Amino acid sequence: MSTANDVELAVRVAAYRRRRWLRPKYRSLYMMLIPGFAFLLVFSYLPMAGISLAFFQYQFGRAIWEMPFVGLGHFDVLFGNPEFWRAFRNTIMISMGRLIIEFPAPVILALLLNEVRHSGLKRTYQTVYTFPHFLSWIVVVGIMNGLFLSDGVVNQFLNVLGQPRVPFFTRGNWFLGLIFGSSLWKTVGWSAIIYLAAIAGINPELYDSAAVDGANRWQSMWNVTWPGMRGTVVVLLILSVGQLLNAGGGAAFDQIFNMYNPAVYSVADIIDTYIYRQSFQRGVNFGYSTAVGLFKAVIAFFLVLVVNRAAKLVGEEGLF
Amino acid sequence: MATGAYRLHRSLGSRIADVTILGVLTFLALVTIFPFYNVLIMSVARYRDIVQTPLYIWPQAIDLTAYRMIFMDRLLGNSFLVSVVITLGGTALSMFVTIPTAWALSKPDLPGRNWLFMVVIFSMYFSGGLIPWYLVIRGLGMLNTLWVLMIPLAFNAFFMILMKNYFLTMPESLEESARIDGASNPQILVRIVVPTSAPIMATISLFYAVARWNDWFMGMLFIRDPMKLPLQNVLRRVVVEANLELGNVMAAAMRDSVMRIYPMTIQMATVVVATVPILLVYPFLQKHFTKGILLGSIKA
Repeated sequence: MSTANDVELAVRVAAYRRRRWLRPKYRSLYMMLIPGFAFLLVFSYLPMAGISLAFFQYQFGRAIWEMPFVGLGHFDVLFGNPEFWRAFRNTIMISMGRLIIEFPAPVILALLLNEVRHSGLKRTYQTVYTFPHFLSWIVVVGIMNGLFLSDGVVNQFLNVLGQPRVPFFTRGNWFLGLIFGSSLWKTVGWSAIIYLAAIAGINPELYDSAAVDGANRWQSMWNVTWPGMRGTVVVLLILSVGQLLNAGGGAAFDQIFNMYNPAVYSVADIIDTYIYRQSFQRGVNFGYSTAVGLFKAVIAFFLVLVVNRAAKLVGEEGLF
Repeated sequence: MATGAYRLHRSLGSRIADVTILGVLTFLALVTIFPFYNVLIMSVARYRDIVQTPLYIWPQAIDLTAYRMIFMDRLLGNSFLVSVVITLGGTALSMFVTIPTAWALSKPDLPGRNWLFMVVIFSMYFSGGLIPWYLVIRGLGMLNTLWVLMIPLAFNAFFMILMKNYFLTMPESLEESARIDGASNPQILVRIVVPTSAPIMATISLFYAVARWNDWFMGMLFIRDPMKLPLQNVLRRVVVEANLELGNVMAAAMRDSVMRIYPMTIQMATVVVATVPILLVYPFLQKHFTKGILLGSIKA
């Protein structure tokens, strides 16, 4: 008899829980979710449905079911297209370059700033380094023009020294230097903030006991500061690996699109700039560029999953 | 940390390290500042000074012709207004969408919360790509309207999560006492939560505002009417497309041989005009953005 009662109770509890979301308290919370999720639905999930375009021949002014179905035809073209593979290779190369050049820079900057004992001075430096982050890439390209165009101040300087002018914007390797350099200039101070925050979270007593043990500055940096920020460095490293197919973050398109030109396509044309040109500058081959976008999105998504798993394997929190 | 006693015990090696570090940091600060200096002096340079000086690094005269041309230019002045309008309007809309979503998702007992959260996260790591997104926006009839500069990017999942994380750290007690007094969820949000979480409100609205002010992609993709172009797109014409014929006034000035002006000078003056507004709000930006990053680093 007590079993029957228990069962009845359990059923009631389950029913109660099942209908929990209907309670008035939650009803108004769900109402609050409507605007945000409406935006997600329209601007994120509806376009995902549009991926089906990748399997059709796009025709302006027609509904998708009226367009000719081409199956994997666009992907056939894509995989046989050397221009696509060039963009693919460039994207990976630029990402790698960023990992080697741009990733360590803010870590080092944070370590250096942490060694400044005068807090006002430290803040002044930070104020200077962080400012360029807030400028648009258009403004930064303008600033780089002033420095590196053929009549820019750097070339004036080379000219005064009797050196030949350097075509920074139109010669492959110089252009890559400009890409990495301008990114560093714009973002290094901003990126250092998160590492400084990690350092600020270190227990000061650790430094005191290191000093008691006779550690010099280098030793306490290596044995106290670095272990305290290592977790943050690993997470951000993993995040940037996840961005491999973006040539390093969403800003890469803003930067490269506004600086590149046909003379440097061979090293600087990335997947996103390729997609843009295919879509809007060479007729409207929307089916094909949707296919390119899909190819990229799928690989990038699996990359994020793999990287997230890797983060958990090395004992970090992961992204989700 | 830098107590007097501590300082006395610093070794010679440590002091050399100090000097080296300050030297490196000062050098980096100069590297950061010099490009701005260069922009500034080029923007006020006279044509003949630039042409005659092999290395133009010290201003020989201050000539404001380029600025006069810019301020007389109808297109540029108009685009400045457009940018102000879409930044204010866009930020308001974004906050209106982001705040309730973040607050509702911050309620740990909300049934289905994890599923809803997965919907948000998935949208951050997978997308339909440029073309399907473009077609949706075109299908909504937003082409060539100011709405397209405010609506499609109004909801940012990452900013929403930052705000949600902040709400998670707020004490429940205030809300509970309001609930006992009979306040409903919307009332609690508007009268209690928003006014008591000023730091995150300032941070996220500044995030949105900077994103709107700096955006050029939407304008390039969706705006055809020159009088609806935001500042960044007009700047882009000057800087990237090197199209110095901004509007009628400037085109006329360019043809006029009396007002001869070095092309780079106009470019640099335009850069200055686009930079000054950011410089003016920078003190607020720095204060709140740093805080925002710290808030964001606290995970759910």
